[in-house]
Amino acid sequence: MNKKLYVARSPRIAARKLGEEMMVMSAQGSTLFTLNPTATILWQAADGATPLDEIVERGICSEFEVKPEDALRDAEALARDLAKHGILLISEEPLAPKSPVQEQPRP
Amino acid sequence: MSTLLQEMSNRALGLGVPLSAQLDLTYRCNEQCVHCYLDHLDHGEMSTTEIKHLLSEMAEAGVFILTLSGGEIFMRKDFFEILEHARDLTFCVKLKTNAVLVREKQAARLRDLGVESIQVSIYSHRPEVHDAITKVPGSLRRSVDAIRFLKTQGLKVVIANVLMTENMHDHHGVRALAEELGARYTLDPTITPMMDGDRSILERKADVSELHTLFRDEKYIDNVEEFCAPPPALTEEVMESLPCSAGHTGCYVSPYGEFYPCVAFPLSCGNVRQQRFIDIWRDSEQLKEVRSIRLRDLSGCSQCAHGGTCTRCPGLAFLEGNMRGPSTSDCEKSFARTGIPSKNLLAKKEKASPARLVQIQLVPAITGNRLSAMNNAATA
Repeated sequence: MNKKLYVARSPRIAARKLGEEMMVMSAQGSTLFTLNPTATILWQAADGATPLDEIVERGICSEFEVKPEDALRDAEALARDLAKHGILLISEEPLAPKSPVQEQPRP
Repeated sequence: MSTLLQEMSNRALGLGVPLSAQLDLTYRCNEQCVHCYLDHLDHGEMSTTEIKHLLSEMAEAGVFILTLSGGEIFMRKDFFEILEHARDLTFCVKLKTNAVLVREKQAARLRDLGVESIQVSIYSHRPEVHDAITKVPGSLRRSVDAIRFLKTQGLKVVIANVLMTENMHDHHGVRALAEELGARYTLDPTITPMMDGDRSILERKADVSELHTLFRDEKYIDNVEEFCAPPPALTEEVMESLPCSAGHTGCYVSPYGEFYPCVAFPLSCGNVRQQRFIDIWRDSEQLKEVRSIRLRDLSGCSQCAHGGTCTRCPGLAFLEGNMRGPSTSDCEKSFARTGIPSKNLLAKKEKASPARLVQIQLVPAITGNRLSAMNNAATA
């Protein structure tokens, strides 16, 4: 049986939805990415606590005519790609959801 | 601007989204720069709560790139609280500062908060020149130390070098300093009139001959021949183009909540203390007017050879008295670039030249008959 995959938004990014797409800028390198509507659904649901297969089933398979196994395969590839750019965190264990300002104690 | 950001900007324009905004947190400053357009007083700044509320409204409206500026942002004791809230709302945050109050601790905090970039004003690599402009002894050393702290944290630093009479010949030195510090460098020859309309500080701006030299410096201009070429003929497409992003995808909010199309365009469109940010953005009559203006509507500029290539700033034009008129500073830049005077400069020259001399010649006394004969001859 495949292990569950958990995804969480990196706290070091900037993001804003523009129309149906999500703009994401990584703090490292100031690289700008845009996510299409499907990737945006994944991104918005990436709370670090919900397994990726659940995100795909609830957010993508319910909205688009796509086989769950195909959707999950594509979602995993996308998640790993976003992780490579430092804008998504992935783990086989649940990740505690973080906000960008919770990394350091307040002064 | 990257291609993708340009594409996003075009999309934001189509959707009517304010993609970027500058928020000045205070006009107070710990430097007193000779060319500054602000009065450095506190006329009733927004409170921490008001600013946080505004930031939430801006995020909801779609603002992505948020520039926090001043005055000096670190003069606000709640600066980090405001910045934290901005990053909670996932803004792409850029800062403008003199960095005099940035030490190791502040630099580390900025890194932890994921700030995109920090722009630091440096006027000269020579303390005697920089400190004379800021009127603060030791300010160059403090700012340069701060840049080192920021770079140590891996942050992106941009050195902004405003050019004026006092530091006209120091830009190569500042550029070299930026390279040494690992910072990006930008040179800006624009001096802005005071926000109250006082134009006396414009006496400090670079003159045309200095701009002429600058625009032919290959250290700044990649392709001098192309940059300084005569402007191409105006096309229908150019005539329908927008003058700039002010009020279209960008806007500015002052420390007092006044909403302007841009920091350089002090046309009040409303106040965020009285109205929601999005309501001003969508419904302000002033913004609607700004958005309606196309190149073809500009008096003078629409018939000027430089119309399509000029860097005309509508805010500077507004400060000159007409938001549909020319901005003389930009006319001078176009002239310095190409050697071709703008329509506005020609009109000014015409106006300034003395009236044509009328030669008066003494003639012998003319009798009534002879005068009549001369008039007839003249009309024949």
